[in-house]
Amino acid sequence: MLKFSGKSVYKGIVLGPAAVLKNNDFQVKRERSEDPEAEIARVEAAAGKAQEQLQKLYDKAVIEVGEASAAIFEVHQMMLEDDDYRDAISSMIRTEQINAEYAVAVTGDNFSEMFANMDDDYMKARAADIKDISNRLVRNLSGQEDVDFSSMEPSIIIADDLSPSETVQMDKSKILAFVTVHGSTNSHTAILARMMNIPALIGVPMNLDEIHTGQTAIVDGFKAEVVFDPTEELCRETQSRMKEEQEKAELLQTLKGKENVTLSGKKINIYANIGSVGDVGYVLENDAGGIGLFRSEFLYLGRNDFPTEEEQFQAYRQVVQTMAGKKVIIRTLDIGADKQADYLNLGNEDNPALGYRAIRICLKQPDIFKTQLRALLRAAAYGNLSIMYPMIISTEEVRQIYSIVDEVECELNDAGIPYKIPEQGIMIETPASVMISDELAEMVDFFSIGTNDLTQYTLAIDRQNEKLDDFYNPHHKAILRMIQMVVDNAHKHGKWAGICGELGADLELTQEFVRMGLDELSVAPSMILKVRKNVREME
Amino acid sequence: MKTFSYEIKDAIGIHARPAGLLAKEAKKYESKIVIKKEGKSAEATKLMAIMGMGVKCGNVVDVEIEGADEEKAYEDIKAFFEANL
Repeated sequence: MLKFSGKSVYKGIVLGPAAVLKNNDFQVKRERSEDPEAEIARVEAAAGKAQEQLQKLYDKAVIEVGEASAAIFEVHQMMLEDDDYRDAISSMIRTEQINAEYAVAVTGDNFSEMFANMDDDYMKARAADIKDISNRLVRNLSGQEDVDFSSMEPSIIIADDLSPSETVQMDKSKILAFVTVHGSTNSHTAILARMMNIPALIGVPMNLDEIHTGQTAIVDGFKAEVVFDPTEELCRETQSRMKEEQEKAELLQTLKGKENVTLSGKKINIYANIGSVGDVGYVLENDAGGIGLFRSEFLYLGRNDFPTEEEQFQAYRQVVQTMAGKKVIIRTLDIGADKQADYLNLGNEDNPALGYRAIRICLKQPDIFKTQLRALLRAAAYGNLSIMYPMIISTEEVRQIYSIVDEVECELNDAGIPYKIPEQGIMIETPASVMISDELAEMVDFFSIGTNDLTQYTLAIDRQNEKLDDFYNPHHKAILRMIQMVVDNAHKHGKWAGICGELGADLELTQEFVRMGLDELSVAPSMILKVRKNVREME
Repeated sequence: MKTFSYEIKDAIGIHARPAGLLAKEAKKYESKIVIKKEGKSAEATKLMAIMGMGVKCGNVVDVEIEGADEEKAYEDIKAFFEANL
């Protein structure tokens, strides 16, 4: 029995088989082959299998995160069939009389290097794609199974770390829990775990070589521990605790359909934060009153080019129609910092959190902004859509935004395309916007407080830095005072104010938030009913 | 032989996805379709070769089409460039 401790991200408990995700850069051996034609046939077969694997990945991604992010798998399929690539492999096999694995590995390296040496950042990034498909071919040739989630039984994912785009690739219904060696409580892996209602541990000092896929594991989000090969007794104990949790969850379900109202009659809206079209199901399942933050970045990440207006429009419209009249607040592009996309060519910054990101990119590169705005205004004609602008620090920015929205409106008018001007609000996530929230409240329809970044900038703490977790106090008086100030300024001008940062789901603060006068809390879908319970039980 | 010149409008130049779709289109035809830029050239059916040329936004490329079905190929490929690049 192996036990490790770490930080818990979601309090749940689960028992199941481990699935270890390793970055495999294993060695391929060069062997002589007497029958080159047979080796070439093996490559054909492996490529055929790879096409099927990629197709499955593509199909799954389209449903979960939309066509835009799924496109990367299509690109892999096309690269696999490239004449030059395949001819190079075949000709190496024939002239050097070697095995398929080695020919594929070397060819992959050669092509990959060619791209890595190009000037263009976008092309440089393609080197990784070629490596990826070559690895896939070699794995198929060696008979190594691809991590095929569709036939995988629900498992506990064990990994070194999980990047935002890796998590996009996973099948959410097959994941019982996450355990990673690295990561911080505010990283994307953590945010995802909370969204999916699944136990997750991060910062767990495991040696991945000691753990095998299939081993039984218990992830205990309450004790912040993971145990491999537990004793029978521990298994029984865990099963009974799992049953308790299940009963508690069912009780919470009785809260579905009930109003978010305190014993004395104060009301507050409880909405959901989501990051992809596929998450709308969780929103409705958990009885949210609306979507308080729809992160639009999924349309821009995990792909090689910009999403078109049409792609964006379809995604926004789908969400707005599925939500059938409930409010959907879509945040415009918020890329930069930890959510880079190669094709944007943002380059390297010393301080990405303080850098060229979000609304700054949109205002300096209005073509990107206008495409998104066009899609949003068009989708607004189909349901209850609102727009929210991130990273605002000045009234000038808001003025500029409105002038661009005017341009977009004129263009749509001239072209006779149906649209609607929606409610427009801003994220309050910089100390600057807090301090001028009185002036901003005159200009916009609502505020949504991004407590994650606001706390980061106010406390001067990098939320990705594990060493600082002890200094990070999300209940810091500075933050609470800022929230009160923002709410008061909004109300003075007849506007509403809510929270979309993670603090909104902090059950210790629910009462405080209602007393402060917040109009809305937008939280991970898994927290909606828990927040509701707190609201209904307070005076 | 039929030829046309085209100035790339797509912000990212000829990147993976359109290059792949172009290769697929080009493979439909018997004709040989070659894309040229500043002395470098690549057959349109070869995805990696096209990407390897590093064609950027604002570059002008010459497309040469030669073969039995060059008329149809010319219409189709030209339309493809206009719609996707």
